[in-house]
Amino acid sequence: MQTLRTDTTMSADSLRPASREDNRPVAIDIRDLSLTFRTADAPVTALSNVDLQIRAGEFVSLIGPSGCGKTTLMRVMADLARPTSGHITVNGLSPEQARLARAYGYVFQAPALYPWRSVRRNLMLPLEIMGVPASEREARAARYLEMVGLKDFANKFPWQLSGGMQQRVSIARALSFEPKLLLMDEPFGALDEITRDHLNEQLLRLWEQTQKTVIFVTHSIPEAVFLSSRIVVMSPRPGRILEVIDCNLPPDRTLDVRETPEFLTIAHRVRVALRAGHSYDD
Amino acid sequence: MKGGVLAVAAALAGAAGSLVLLADALTPGSVPLAFWALVLGVTALSWIGLERLAGVDRPRWIGGLVVPGLFGLLLLYLWQVLTVGFDVPAVLLPSPARIGHQLAANAGLLWQDFRQTFLKSVLAGFTLGSGLGFLVAVLVDRSPFLQRGLLPLGALVSAIPIVGIAPIMVMWFGFDWQSKAAVIVVMTFFPMLVNTLAGLGSASEIERDLMHSYAAGYGQTLLKLRLPSALPFIFNALKINSTLALIGGIVAEFFGTPVVGMGFRISVEIGRMNVDVVWATIAVAALAGSIFYGILALVERGFTFWHPSYRQEQS
Repeated sequence: MQTLRTDTTMSADSLRPASREDNRPVAIDIRDLSLTFRTADAPVTALSNVDLQIRAGEFVSLIGPSGCGKTTLMRVMADLARPTSGHITVNGLSPEQARLARAYGYVFQAPALYPWRSVRRNLMLPLEIMGVPASEREARAARYLEMVGLKDFANKFPWQLSGGMQQRVSIARALSFEPKLLLMDEPFGALDEITRDHLNEQLLRLWEQTQKTVIFVTHSIPEAVFLSSRIVVMSPRPGRILEVIDCNLPPDRTLDVRETPEFLTIAHRVRVALRAGHSYDD
Repeated sequence: MKGGVLAVAAALAGAAGSLVLLADALTPGSVPLAFWALVLGVTALSWIGLERLAGVDRPRWIGGLVVPGLFGLLLLYLWQVLTVGFDVPAVLLPSPARIGHQLAANAGLLWQDFRQTFLKSVLAGFTLGSGLGFLVAVLVDRSPFLQRGLLPLGALVSAIPIVGIAPIMVMWFGFDWQSKAAVIVVMTFFPMLVNTLAGLGSASEIERDLMHSYAAGYGQTLLKLRLPSALPFIFNALKINSTLALIGGIVAEFFGTPVVGMGFRISVEIGRMNVDVVWATIAVAALAGSIFYGILALVERGFTFWHPSYRQEQS
């Protein structure tokens, strides 16, 4: 039924970042990383021989079908999962050191807001944990709520907000302690398409303003092409990188860019790469 | 709404009329059939009226207070006319009027009993048992060894019947309220322990991952995530314990006590065939238990307003 292949990494060239940007420091360096889950019946290879370098300030999307290991790869970066073998550094540190240094903000698939805290106090949660003084906490909560356009909702509770608003609060919460790295795991996956489009545009503006490094897991091709500076196409069984596609759409793009030939060309390349991954199963 | 109010008003008038008739004009035990027709009419009318009022959404106090209050009145009324109308012996079941009379006549005595049983044994035992259960749960939660070792022991303790431990507690702690409080501690400790442990484990994986990503310590995760999400479980245990504590406090007094206390009163007065006083004590216990439970439920609402079961009333 199922054959495990180990000879599936693509040529090394395609995995390197665009050479003209080489002067930027490496934010995430992954070499020959593998992760195997032990399950009741048989071990499952979630990641197999992954190589990936991400430079500071990049917006990199991980795209692929369910089970391709894109979320697992991001959880390894966040020290929420441990690799079985291989090397990974985050800002030059091990994932655990990077987590203890509060190097990244993680936006989960669900908003994960605490229902007993108001929106404002949800934003202040990481600041409380990190020991930021009270006056500074208030100021930051106000600033980042304004950035995501929710300052009028500061004293509401999360469950009084729509799904899209809740996810914006969770993004503001990840920004509130000003990490240089933002890890986003399908943050808009549960939202309707109109809300999703709107949030995609907001996220792009936010990335341009803050110059953060963003890793973004998605299974939507248009979303990945619209947002990213590079797209990493992954494939399941075992989870591995098939291809890395550069994405050089103009920086001040709006949603209209999705009608242009450049956009459609890149989207087509991503789709072809994804299809190549699927043919292994059929 | 209007029809409901009219029906209830008519039923109240009918009920008042029938009670006056029963007290002044009729002989208990040989009541004419026409009287029972009147009682049936009152019951049917109030049923129709309450059915209508229960469907009223606003203002909320109609459905929340007026309907259950009137229904309680209807039950008391039926109890009164049936016991007097059929001349039921007071030893079997006294009428509400007689119980009310005993409540008023023995107010001083009943207050002494209430102070002894409720204000001393029950409150002390409840606070100590629930508090210890909570503290031990927080400690046990941290250590898998204690969890393995203590939980089966707790299950064993909770299976012990109170009639078994009450006399032993009297030997250990004397005749006064301390031994009753000890029985209550034993009864309330385990429900709190189990519920708090379940509550501490109730935070979702994603909520815990969030804390992990902030590099939050054990104490921070406990205070800011696990205890708040355990609150609904903890209040559940407090409500269970409020009932258990009252039962335990009363029953424990059957096994040796100074000459005061609700359990003592029940066991002594039943022996003297003073069933009215027993019923009056039961009424006090029921009232105290309901108020205790009600206060806990109100505090719970204040603390867990965010829980899905209370949200609709807010937004």
